[in-house]
Amino acid sequence: MATLASGASSPLYAKRRRKNAVAMTLAYLATGFGLTWLALILGVLFYEGFSGLSWRVFSEMTPPPGASGGLLNPIIGSLVMTFLAVLMGTPLGILAGTYLAEYGRYDKLSSVVRFINDILLSAPSIVIGLFIYELMVAQMGHFSGWAGAVALAVIVVPVVVRTTEDMLTLVPDTLREAAASVGLPRSLMIQKVAYRAARAGMITGVLLAIARISGETAPLLFTALNNQFWTNDMNAPVASLPVVIFQFALSPYKDWQELAWTGALIITMAVLALSITARFLGGERKKS
Amino acid sequence: MSTANYTVPTVAANPGNADNLVEKITVKNLDFYYGDNRALKNINVSLYHGRVTAFIGPSGCGKSTLLRVLNRMYDLYPNQRATGTVRLDNDDILAPSQDLNLLRAKVGMVFQKPTPFPMTIYENIAFGIRLYEKLSKPDLDNRVQQALQRAALWNEVKDKLDANGLSLSGGQQQRLCIARTVAVRPEVILFDEPCSALDPISTAKIEELIDELKEDYTIAIVTHNMQQAARVSDFTAFMYLGELVEYGETTRMFTSPSDRRTQDYITGRFG
Repeated sequence: MATLASGASSPLYAKRRRKNAVAMTLAYLATGFGLTWLALILGVLFYEGFSGLSWRVFSEMTPPPGASGGLLNPIIGSLVMTFLAVLMGTPLGILAGTYLAEYGRYDKLSSVVRFINDILLSAPSIVIGLFIYELMVAQMGHFSGWAGAVALAVIVVPVVVRTTEDMLTLVPDTLREAAASVGLPRSLMIQKVAYRAARAGMITGVLLAIARISGETAPLLFTALNNQFWTNDMNAPVASLPVVIFQFALSPYKDWQELAWTGALIITMAVLALSITARFLGGERKKS
Repeated sequence: MSTANYTVPTVAANPGNADNLVEKITVKNLDFYYGDNRALKNINVSLYHGRVTAFIGPSGCGKSTLLRVLNRMYDLYPNQRATGTVRLDNDDILAPSQDLNLLRAKVGMVFQKPTPFPMTIYENIAFGIRLYEKLSKPDLDNRVQQALQRAALWNEVKDKLDANGLSLSGGQQQRLCIARTVAVRPEVILFDEPCSALDPISTAKIEELIDELKEDYTIAIVTHNMQQAARVSDFTAFMYLGELVEYGETTRMFTSPSDRRTQDYITGRFG
């Protein structure tokens, strides 16, 4: 005790405390700086967008300039294309992630696949849009909702591959051995034991992928384009929230600009809700 | 010591010669490699039906490696291989044509850390049974109950079979794993340091359990605890640096070991 007491008042200790105070202050300032911008963005969004939130936004089509209207067709367009993209991208991503984590863990091929997947993960989304434009839009001769969904699916796949692999890698090998020790073939071990143990994390990955694509504008500009009207036809151009926001925000018309703010608020809230859900599920996983 | 319920064969250097013992697993000239590293060197040992064989020795001596050869668990990983002969009755365990899933159903394993599956207590047991048998619901319920009773866990969990297996205490989880192993009706059970993560009371329960189980099974146990080896086993094998130094009846091994190294280890002079 005596040495500690004298140590606490020593110049060396005092110097360390001063250093600590400086470092802590800098860290707080940096955090505050980052959070300020986030708060400003959310604040401006609410200020500009909240007044426009009404039942009309969710029940009427996008209006011509000067008329009143809502965002029904881009909201539905975004939901449908996101849904299709997840439907296409998730199984592919889960299968590939399963290969990487389970079957191909020690293969050379899997390090190549992992590397390519990382590139795809950080590929600029406008490049993906151009790619699907060449592959589908140019071939079919017209923009379409399908092309938009495929472009979004290309963004979903690497996110799901990565989270699936990461989550399966976190499943301890002892659990795999335990499954093998009762005579479980590997395929069943993966389906019944590994997936179950990694479930929360894998769902979180899909939610994060949805959050990622719901704000994407660039890949849709080249594929689904936009549509002023309601359409049930996925072969036709389809409206989406990000593209409508892009178009309306740049327009000179006041009412379009207001709708753009409202749309931006809706997307932000939806993504926020998804992120919080993902967080919640992730937290559940850690507890169990 | 648990030698009361059978006649101890008179002290023999090779207990395999005793008449009343049935060889279940026979290991001959076994070598094992992790890549280029030879981890087991020319191992010869037999496991007998109705008997517990303990493997003791300092860390890294190859005890667990040997155990993992007996159910080909090492096959899950690349660059690991075994040469020599290992027979289960007359079946060649190391044969490339060996069906690993059937082998592992016959040679069950309980691990160092309790490893319940992330599912209900009931499912943890029923899961393995369903793999190889199609049973009606009442029959399955019966089998689950039997297995849990066999593992001395039934009374503690009978009212919460739908609870997650992970919600049990460490000792209960380990008994759940034993129940899971017993449920698929194996012939051999391998215990890989089953008590090293457990408190003394849970350890005592598991040891009691091993003693009860041995009547019906062939049991091998790897342990770091020499008192445990002395308490639960009929035969003891001392391993050192990948070699099987000495093998014999537990009573003899712990009273008059013939090898100097065994004596040093047992008396705590190294290891």
